[in-house]
Amino acid sequence: MSSSFNVLNHTMVPDHQVMSEEEVRTLLSDYTITLEQLPKIYQDDPAVKAIGGNAGDVIRIVRESPTAGRAESYRLVIRRPKK
Amino acid sequence: MNGEMERQIAEANLPEKTKRDLRTYLADREITDEQFDRILENVLGEYQKTRIEPCEAVGVVAAQSIGEPGTQMTMRTFHYAGVAEINVTLGLPRLIEIMDARREPSTPTMAIYLLEDWAYNRDRAREVSWQIEAAPLREFGDITIDMENMQVFVQLNKAVCDRRRISVEEILELAPRKIRERRHFRDFDHEGDARNATLTFSPKNAESYQNLFQLSEHVRNVIVQGIDDIERVVVRKEAGEYILYTEGSNLRGVFEVEGVDTTRTRSNNISEISDVLGIEAGRNAIIYEALSTLNEQGISVDVRHIMLVADMMCMEGEVKQIGRHGIAGEKESVLSRAAFEVTVNHLLDAAIANEVDELNGVTENVIVGQPIQLGTGDVKLIAKPVH
Repeated sequence: MSSSFNVLNHTMVPDHQVMSEEEVRTLLSDYTITLEQLPKIYQDDPAVKAIGGNAGDVIRIVRESPTAGRAESYRLVIRRPKK
Repeated sequence: MNGEMERQIAEANLPEKTKRDLRTYLADREITDEQFDRILENVLGEYQKTRIEPCEAVGVVAAQSIGEPGTQMTMRTFHYAGVAEINVTLGLPRLIEIMDARREPSTPTMAIYLLEDWAYNRDRAREVSWQIEAAPLREFGDITIDMENMQVFVQLNKAVCDRRRISVEEILELAPRKIRERRHFRDFDHEGDARNATLTFSPKNAESYQNLFQLSEHVRNVIVQGIDDIERVVVRKEAGEYILYTEGSNLRGVFEVEGVDTTRTRSNNISEISDVLGIEAGRNAIIYEALSTLNEQGISVDVRHIMLVADMMCMEGEVKQIGRHGIAGEKESVLSRAAFEVTVNHLLDAAIANEVDELNGVTENVIVGQPIQLGTGDVKLIAKPVH
């Protein structure tokens, strides 16, 4: 691909950030959920590859929401299951 | 509005958009502190009212809110989008396609935006379109079948090659290679002459006329310029800049072409978007495609319902369809799955695998006749003994 191409710059891709362990702990205790209950994202997802996330990390996604203006969402990085 | 009010808005428990609206509305108005307090109080009150209550069945509400207007959609519409004569599936068939998460839409199309240097000049936009539009060899010269010598003879037209910015050498190299690689036809020899811009193909089996004609078909139709999946490109001017609309979609290929804006270019192929740009872009694409399909038919569905559907489809890291092979088929509960489609298979498989139904969901509890865990049914009373 051309050198200027970066998935994160595309208008359809929201901001992705890898969360620190401390942040993940507060997130899970705030919502009283377990790690497995979070939505998932594959390790080989282009956006995850671009920010360098590994399996087991939690990604914070800051979306441009049409209703709330700004919405945070979280996804757990997992390996793509073999078919 | 003064600094103190600004601070109060920033700290209020409101969504970002409401805060923004409030700020722009109050920005150049003279209001007293007392008035401001009342405004903020009312806004907060209204916001609390719009929030969904715990245990509300949002899924059912979303299903009805999309389903009912769906009944009013045109069953079969083939529509020409605007002035560009590109054919796109719209209406109900398109909505079904989105919800079914098909790998390939029935009419894939792209909107290709160009970088600044290309977007404002018709000729330069046209140049980019030539790099994208799949052009067969027959458009670059004359192709004749020489039956006497059992040959297919190509005389390239240099003027056309120059105009379309492709060198004769490139075509001479590309055409035979592409026939072998992309069209999987290998029983021929070729000879190129760059000086006279000619290319001669001869079938290995020099006895069979059938082979000769077969070869000539491949020679005529082999794609020598552009991206194979993109059959047609239309250049259109919108809001001052030139945009390319295509029939056929190939995001990866188009991103490599010089002059293409890789930050705005989009496709209507949702699974391709989620492969190239990630699941979050896929989610955005579902929302955008579903909403524009509905709006095009003059139906307004609140975006929240569509967002919920898109969130469900993208939960597991890849785009899943709503239905037997996706969300409904992967539910935890046996009874819930059996209630949807292919009842006997699910019950049989569950019996063989010794599955247990925890009766946590709605459907299974309706089946066995228990109160469902929704609304007031989900609230449990915890009593503390007095002594």
